[in-house]
Amino acid sequence: MVRRFINKFYVLLVFLFLYAPIFVLMVYSFNDSRSRGNWEGFTLRWYVELFSDRQIMSALYYTIIIGVLSAVISTIIGTAAAIGLDRLGGFRRELVMNITYLPVLNPDIVTGIALMILFVFARLQLGFITLLLSHITFNIPYVMLSVLPKLKQLDKNLYEAALDLGATPGYAFKTVILPEIMPGVITGALLAFTLSIDDFVISFFTTGSGVSNLSIAIYSMARRGINPRINALSTLMFLIVLALLIIVNIRMSKENNGKGEKNYASKKQVFASASSSDRVSSSRLYELEQQ
Amino acid sequence: MKRNWALTPYLIWMIIFIVVPLALVVYYGITVNTDSGVAFSLSNFKRFAEPIYLRVLWRSIKLAIISTIICLIIGYPVAMILAGNSFKHKNVMVMLLVVPMWMNFLLRTYAWLTLLEKNGIINSILGKFGLPMLNILYTESAVILGMVYNFLPFMILPIYSVMSKMDYSLIEAAEDLGANSLIVFRRVIFPLSLPGVVSGITMVFMPAVTTFVISRLLGGGQFTLIGNLIEQQFLYVGDWNFGSTMSLIMMVIILISMLFMNKADGPERSGGLW
Repeated sequence: MVRRFINKFYVLLVFLFLYAPIFVLMVYSFNDSRSRGNWEGFTLRWYVELFSDRQIMSALYYTIIIGVLSAVISTIIGTAAAIGLDRLGGFRRELVMNITYLPVLNPDIVTGIALMILFVFARLQLGFITLLLSHITFNIPYVMLSVLPKLKQLDKNLYEAALDLGATPGYAFKTVILPEIMPGVITGALLAFTLSIDDFVISFFTTGSGVSNLSIAIYSMARRGINPRINALSTLMFLIVLALLIIVNIRMSKENNGKGEKNYASKKQVFASASSSDRVSSSRLYELEQQ
Repeated sequence: MKRNWALTPYLIWMIIFIVVPLALVVYYGITVNTDSGVAFSLSNFKRFAEPIYLRVLWRSIKLAIISTIICLIIGYPVAMILAGNSFKHKNVMVMLLVVPMWMNFLLRTYAWLTLLEKNGIINSILGKFGLPMLNILYTESAVILGMVYNFLPFMILPIYSVMSKMDYSLIEAAEDLGANSLIVFRRVIFPLSLPGVVSGITMVFMPAVTTFVISRLLGGGQFTLIGNLIEQQFLYVGDWNFGSTMSLIMMVIILISMLFMNKADGPERSGGLW
């Protein structure tokens, strides 16, 4: 009994540590004072001012546009790549997969500066386009890693059967393959969107000329001094991302019902390690989840 | 080659946006600009060997190792308790562990400023109880705290996932054979959890050694890490060659730590990416 109590208390302490900053942010988003530290009454002022703050609104606009566009484009390219890759075998498949894992395993800062060098080298003006291209680039591997397992489960004979029965390859793809892999595609798209709106490091190096996403806006604001509007914004963002990820998780647990599979797809690294099962040592997580 | 049309757009994309950029980093890393144009040179590697840069490298590795050890010490018991039968709804607890990561990490790190400030929340609580003030903001301790805070779940999750799949009958067998709980832990539980520990260490160490944001926000810019150096070279100094050299060195560190952890994970799992 005592031991159980100590156990619970310890876990509670660690959770307190993990949640303390989030509570602080949320509580202070309702604080009627510019300075942090003292509480001067409840207000919704910051939530109202937030929407007339041009810097924040422009950052929000770019975050969402980049998130949606990069999710859609990376889902299309990534799904096609997964389908093409599924039919490929041997050395070539290994090679493509290993290169695909590079952006997953490389430190973000290296991916960021490498892309920045490329864009400057190609004389592309750093801004919206380069930001979008970068986000598509780091999203594609995650889409592929979501779709590939679905293709593995797919019965290859179904597609052949459809062709034998006179379906054109396009029609067979639309009616046989796509519905089967759709859950993986949607999960990949949602994952791509969340990774995109959450990214800081790669965006930081690959954007310019006044185009910044929310992470970059927060970073520059934090350096200049603190504005409670950030707290209001972060509270809203947290709730939105929370809602999104609960949807992803419900979807995944529905799909994997009965297999006892859990998913930690909520965060890049956890997902990366979980998915790159035969690459990095951290793979055991995934293997054990699979059993 | 059926269906190659599906792969082709990605192959082109991959070459332009993954292979070429990394090749450019290598190119810049091993060349210098001279009056007569670009020349192959390893002088930037030599430059990195100067004490001022080695100190930064050493600090990065030291802080990352300390954070990893703290994460292991704090996280291992958490994983063990969560995998045990202390909580009814294990899945909910694990979900709760992941939820904080869903908030932008800049914001969470930034919130620690409010907590740690001289007149911040922690100090006002300490003050009420007449306890001494905690002044760690803009010190190495704050940077370590930021790393532990951000990466602790990456330590807990893999260990938890290995532990929750552990064959309980092995533990019972050990107990039946007369082992006390310390021996059971040392001889059965810990060795079986080792793969999770290895994953956890990799997953904490790698982002910790490459960060430049945590040190900037919580270290107040005084505690330059190798990530900060790279950022400076590209954004302020404009010496891409030296910045690329350091990126290459960082990649090598990651590579070595990965190989090292792969070894530790057992010989049967060799092979893979590298």
